[in-house]
Amino acid sequence: MAESNSSKVKPRPIVRIGIFLVSHSLLFSVLCCTAGLLALLLLPVLAKNTYISENALMPGSANPMLSTHDITEANRLVKDIIASNLSLAEAGIEIPRLVARYMSDSGAEVYYHKFHPQLNQFHPLRFFSSSFNPGIIQDNSSCASHGINSVGIIRAPRGDGKEAIILVTPYNSARIELNEALSLGLVYSLFSLLTRVNWLAKDIIWLAADSQYGEHASVAAWLRDYHTPVFSGLGKLDADTCLESNAIYALKENPNTRRISDVFRRAGTMAAALVIKVVNRREETDKDTLSIYAEASNGQMPNLDLINIVNYLAVHRQGLRVKVEKLYSLLDSVWLKIFGEILELLGTVARKLNPQWKFGIPAADYIEGTATLASSMYYQALGVPTGPHGAFRDYQVDAITLEISPKVSLNNEVRRSEFLLRSGRLIEGVIRSVNNLLEKFHQSFFLYFLTAPGKFVSVGVYMIAFALLVAPLPIVAAALYSDANKWGSSSTRDSPDPCLTSTDEPANTRKSWKWLHAAKVVFIVHLWGAIVSLLPYLICQLPESTPTTSMLTWVLLSIFCLRILYWILGSPYLNISVPQPQNREWAILKSVMIAAALIGLGLMSIINFATAQIGAMLMVPMCLMAHPLKLITRGGRLRAFTLTACNLLLGFIGFPPAALLLLKSTMEGFSSINGSDFWSWVESLWAWNSATYLYLGLVHLPCWVLCMHILLHPV
Amino acid sequence: MAFLRSILFFVLLLHGFFSPIFAGSVGEEEFSEELLLKPLPDRKVLANFHFETRAPPTDIHGRHHRLFPKAIYQLVQKFRVREMELSFTQGRWNYEQWGGFDPVSSSNAKPPGVELWAAFDVPPDQVDATWKNLTHTLSGLFCASINFLESSTAYSAPDWAFRPFSGSLRYGALPREAVCTENLTPWLKLLPCRDKAGLAAIMDRPSIYRGFYHSQRLRLISTEFGSHEGVDSGIVLEQTLTVVLQPVAQRNSMTYSSGSVLQPTWSISSIFGRKVGGSCVLAKHSTVFLELDRGLVAELKKLQREDGKFEVYDAVSEGSWSNPGFELSVTPDRVIKEVNSLHSESSSILFEFSLEKYSYSEPFDVWFRWKLPVVWSCLQAPFHVSRFLMGSGNERGSIAISLKSTELSEGFHVSDAIGDGCRLRVDVFQIVPWYVKVYFHTLQVFVDGQPQIVTDVVEKIRVSPSEDKVSPGVLEMVLKFPCSVRSAALTTEFDKGFLHIDEYPPDANQGFDIPSAVISFPDFQASVHFLEENSSNNSPILSKFQESNPVLSYTEVLLVPLTTPDFSMPYNVITITCTVFALYFGSLLNVLRRRVGEEERFLKSKEIAPCRCHKDWSAIQIVRQAKR
Repeated sequence: MAESNSSKVKPRPIVRIGIFLVSHSLLFSVLCCTAGLLALLLLPVLAKNTYISENALMPGSANPMLSTHDITEANRLVKDIIASNLSLAEAGIEIPRLVARYMSDSGAEVYYHKFHPQLNQFHPLRFFSSSFNPGIIQDNSSCASHGINSVGIIRAPRGDGKEAIILVTPYNSARIELNEALSLGLVYSLFSLLTRVNWLAKDIIWLAADSQYGEHASVAAWLRDYHTPVFSGLGKLDADTCLESNAIYALKENPNTRRISDVFRRAGTMAAALVIKVVNRREETDKDTLSIYAEASNGQMPNLDLINIVNYLAVHRQGLRVKVEKLYSLLDSVWLKIFGEILELLGTVARKLNPQWKFGIPAADYIEGTATLASSMYYQALGVPTGPHGAFRDYQVDAITLEISPKVSLNNEVRRSEFLLRSGRLIEGVIRSVNNLLEKFHQSFFLYFLTAPGKFVSVGVYMIAFALLVAPLPIVAAALYSDANKWGSSSTRDSPDPCLTSTDEPANTRKSWKWLHAAKVVFIVHLWGAIVSLLPYLICQLPESTPTTSMLTWVLLSIFCLRILYWILGSPYLNISVPQPQNREWAILKSVMIAAALIGLGLMSIINFATAQIGAMLMVPMCLMAHPLKLITRGGRLRAFTLTACNLLLGFIGFPPAALLLLKSTMEGFSSINGSDFWSWVESLWAWNSATYLYLGLVHLPCWVLCMHILLHPV
Repeated sequence: MAFLRSILFFVLLLHGFFSPIFAGSVGEEEFSEELLLKPLPDRKVLANFHFETRAPPTDIHGRHHRLFPKAIYQLVQKFRVREMELSFTQGRWNYEQWGGFDPVSSSNAKPPGVELWAAFDVPPDQVDATWKNLTHTLSGLFCASINFLESSTAYSAPDWAFRPFSGSLRYGALPREAVCTENLTPWLKLLPCRDKAGLAAIMDRPSIYRGFYHSQRLRLISTEFGSHEGVDSGIVLEQTLTVVLQPVAQRNSMTYSSGSVLQPTWSISSIFGRKVGGSCVLAKHSTVFLELDRGLVAELKKLQREDGKFEVYDAVSEGSWSNPGFELSVTPDRVIKEVNSLHSESSSILFEFSLEKYSYSEPFDVWFRWKLPVVWSCLQAPFHVSRFLMGSGNERGSIAISLKSTELSEGFHVSDAIGDGCRLRVDVFQIVPWYVKVYFHTLQVFVDGQPQIVTDVVEKIRVSPSEDKVSPGVLEMVLKFPCSVRSAALTTEFDKGFLHIDEYPPDANQGFDIPSAVISFPDFQASVHFLEENSSNNSPILSKFQESNPVLSYTEVLLVPLTTPDFSMPYNVITITCTVFALYFGSLLNVLRRRVGEEERFLKSKEIAPCRCHKDWSAIQIVRQAKR
């Protein structure tokens, strides 16, 4: 090579590497993509054990103080709640009052927080901003439709009141179940204990959230009033008139006990929040189970230390079994099992060669890890919080949901007390740990995937897979562009027309500006993508629309928009009318599309990494493979067939609704698939202000449409 | 010589003989110790120790003192302190439960941490220097990091909203200062009997630090430096320790028909773990008071009326004092009633127990037993004040002060049925550190949920904006609200600033404190007047109660999370920045320097004669070898 180059200009090494990569772009992209997917599959092997990073937490260093006496208190509250639920039709008012009375009796400051459920509407103009004016929203909500949260605050005896720990128990006040009553009882027993202890340094707030309009809504409403109260009395007046018209329930308290007011009280900056739920599982297990939910909006996670202390205390102190969400369908997957066994084999071989190499994990662990990782990634990518803790993350508060389920049915009273004691001690331990914390959570990771409750993959490791997947994109774009230019120039050189040689200069300039047309096409399609993602705002306004009709309207409107845009700004195949041998128009289009996709993925990886990761998995092969079907048929038969099949398959998977349907069918079986699934899925995305929605509309869908353009390119 | 010596001896003798007489006539050093106990509505007990030491003026009495602590005397002399107050507080005063109107809460409820203010009698240009020296002296004296108040970013000079000393007053607060026995011990050393005898002996450290509120305060008033008109009373050193303790409640206390629980019985020995072993012999007054506040007295009277037992108000039987509502184990020496012009129906009652007749062998202890469950509430300040932060994120936010009117101000505007003309004055004094950049022009005032024009409500305002790394922002305001106001709110927006990496304190990730704001209500005077037989033998704590001071409340300390750099990663940051800069400048220079055309020409020329170059090179090498 040096010999042949010596006659020409010898470029610098970095340029040479670039040229080398561009010239071998096919091999490079295949290698990188495989390596990227492989790295993704290897993540469960690369996961590290979690450890408590912040020394101040000291979990489990103190003996729990929660005693059976407190549990009997809890049972008393549970009985009262169940009784009030049976006796009164208007339990919606009775239970918050009951809970507030219990809080007040234990010596805490108590108040009612009334809120109006907020409708989740798509507001394109304030997508990321959570600031809005509640006055507008409340205008047509009737008096009857408000929830009442009971909030109790324990002021730390010698604390300075700068920080607070929040406990949340969501319950449906309209129809309370035993498990919700138990979660109230559990937190009450803890709460009454915490009013008596002398080690509190942070205030404790117990929010008994009335979840009859959704768990998230009540918590979010309280947090909104905590952080951004409205002083100009529109909302206030409304609530006040409602209070009078409804009943004088809140003020009709026992005159001897302390009056419970509606005045909103605060307790400083929030250090951490725990949402506590008790669930009654059907299946019986050998241990009480604790499920941890941590994903908040846009894939934000709480600090890993919070999960670590819960996991540490649950496993090593209270003997609970800790679970995190996993994709159960993956557990029975055959190919995953095979891959896991291969890895295990490799691990044992490596250990035989050198006992220091310990990277193999058992196949069963691998499958579990992959299933957990997949679900962790999916929920982060979705950008929809997995529980009421999501509302806290919007205010930079670390929060998780703890869902505790007993090993036997909750109706068994003896076992119930034991279960309550155990889970109460767990929560007490967590509170005590967080209470020890001097600074806010900052030591441990914020960007991570969980592969097991005690194992995690940090950002430094999982970035590799994404980087490998995305790396071929610029190379292939450059290769395609330079190829197309070369083809163009060779065609002009070979042309027998003598007049063309005379106009060589303008032809050259025209050729170098050829990408402009492709860029225009890409721009039109992206513009269309933006319009499509704004359409649901209009569709929502349509009266009496079912998800299916909305979906249909959306699809039809989208196609209509595309046609109109083409009609206004010109069709992508406009230049085709000029007959030209070896038209490489499509290659330039593809290269511009790949560049746009690269930019989109890069931006998305900053906003929500998991979305970018999953998006790259779907999009990168699709973009790289896209090839006009007409050209394919000119090649060999086998090659043509595989190429066509791959293209069609990738094109199918790359279409967002299709991808969702495929995912649903693998997770829940084909029977559950419904035409309107995609609509409701997308609706949930915009309702939660998920950036994934923007990604779908602005990056993924346009890219898919461009791929389809290339596939159908009339060369 | 002998003659001279005898004269000297005579003079000394004369002096020794007459000086006590002189001192007695013009005022003598005095020390008094008092303890005020008060049951609180939320089953807790307030204990307020009050020690007062007086030194007569130097020009009469001289520089030598028997009782007055030398350290404090020297401090007053050296820094020409006119008035000073230093408080160490742990916990928060619960204004709603423990009251906010009486003199005890107005003067002893302090913000968490350390608060220091001092007024000096020095020329205005020396005030800052004197303040700095004073902080260092106090820091050494009280084992606390008061010296952090030396920095000009930590203290401010309030003009009129805090105290009426214009110009010579400095105010500073350290909300994060932890308070413990190391601060109490030097404070106790200032007492003539320390904690070896007298009332201070019952300060059992574990008990007083177990409480819900603990505030140790030192106040100095000196008239040494003649700018004061009128009586020259020398130096008064007032030391108070206020603790709120929870007596151990009986678990199986019976519940009454109304559903309320009997308050726990308590005694001095049960809340402090010690009994009072007599008085400090150096003390002029050594007294224990038990106060029942207005609300409680009114409730008790109501109970009596319900019982139908008229005029069986108090019964003395076998050395104990009994009442339908409660019982005292020791008969008080005196019962003092408040003279109240405003609320004639209910007035607080003080039971006085003199400690003179008790000793170590016969210690004093009084227990207080409730007979009936009583629910009452303490007298509230006209507004309940709370301050909080709004917004989230690391960029900006706003500070809100919300005022909610209490029963008192409602009663006030009912009694003052003037109508629109009635205005309530509220003074606000707030210091904000410089890294919280408050935009004072964004001040918004809401009264009863309606936004108001600022000039309608704010009567007077003085703002000194913060200067980065030099001085904090100070806001002093006089607000006038209509008397019928139910709630009011003030908001100001701020931006969060950036600190230099070495300016972050340890544990920077906790956030930064904004010290408490002081809200005072000059329309209301926190004073209680007592009906007394002989005013000459006045106890210092009672005369303190009769002083009229405006009602004060402190707001919460706020915690502002600021952006913090990743302190553990300076190395990474340096490497990455250097790499980026190297790549950027390297490639930029490369592009700028390169002349593509010339390079090509050069290479072409090389192509023509490649062997000649080679030859040249070998020739040079040969020459080099030859040289060697």
